[in-house]
Amino acid sequence: MKLLTHNMLTSNIIKGVKNGYPLKIAATKVEEREVDYNPEFITRLLPKLDWSAVHKGAVDLNKAEGVPESMMDDYESNEDFLKTAHNILLQVEIIEGNLECPETGRKFPITNGIPNMLLNEDEVSEK
Amino acid sequence: MKKSKFPTPDISHLKSGDFEKIYEPAEDTFLLLDSLEKDIDFLNNLRPSICVEIGCGSGVCLTFLAQILNIPAYFISTDINPAAVELTGLTAQQNGVNIQTILCDLVSGIEDRLEHQVDTLLFNPPYVVTPSSEVGTPDISASWAGGVKGREVTDRLLPKIEKLLSDNGIFYLVIIKENNQDEIHDLVGREKFDCETVLSRRSGPEFLSVLRFTRKIT
Repeated sequence: MKLLTHNMLTSNIIKGVKNGYPLKIAATKVEEREVDYNPEFITRLLPKLDWSAVHKGAVDLNKAEGVPESMMDDYESNEDFLKTAHNILLQVEIIEGNLECPETGRKFPITNGIPNMLLNEDEVSEK
Repeated sequence: MKKSKFPTPDISHLKSGDFEKIYEPAEDTFLLLDSLEKDIDFLNNLRPSICVEIGCGSGVCLTFLAQILNIPAYFISTDINPAAVELTGLTAQQNGVNIQTILCDLVSGIEDRLEHQVDTLLFNPPYVVTPSSEVGTPDISASWAGGVKGREVTDRLLPKIEKLLSDNGIFYLVIIKENNQDEIHDLVGREKFDCETVLSRRSGPEFLSVLRFTRKIT
């Protein structure tokens, strides 16, 4: 699972959880896998992301060095930033660990790179 | 098998035992592939950034889309079946594309953050008319058992389409005649969405169609 995907996950599917975002990452196995750098693709993705959650995820993974806390205005022309974003979003792979609901601590296991967001029936929010 | 300019994704890594756990690509799958291929110029023009497949099964449909698009995109597959998400990852890998897989119920856990963000959404649901009691069982029958009108699973997603799709977003849905296209269009929202049939095909007792929903231009 990439941080790109972590950026899309919320735990407010649990009954009583308000925001459930971002999920805390407790990883036990992380790998880096090379992905072709495509600045145009990264630039298209960035407006769809919550950058502060990218930064928090990077901190959880101990990979926040060089990752800014917020996006700069000129990000489209900032090659260094686009490369940093490419690496942290696309090349870092969480293989094993847990995602944790920031409000309840409920753990969602990541197994073989796949997050398990399934809930028991009695946990599911009615909304 | 389909005859076209784009080859069907390689699924030689899937063994017969896998098809006891996940849905084996069949006529409905190929009709969806053929529909995506038919629409490829249209899809490339829309330049999708986020493409999602719900109930990915073997992963062959989203893998195919990833292969035929001429630009990179972020591909997400979900399934409620652990074997399906695992094998989808392998299908993507086997064909040199990346798909992020999530084990979840429809779009549970991603629907808030994907609000008005999904550019292409695929769903080949369990559409067979069955007793309600057969829907959502933990075995392979969950991949086809659709309950009343074959729509019990589909109908849980349809009201979310408006929320999920981006301004240019497109939703592809596989149906059989018994699912009732008119009622489906009502549930997605007749005022907001156009619904067209991309392709139809008879396969044994099933009359299959792939529907394409696009936002009405306002």
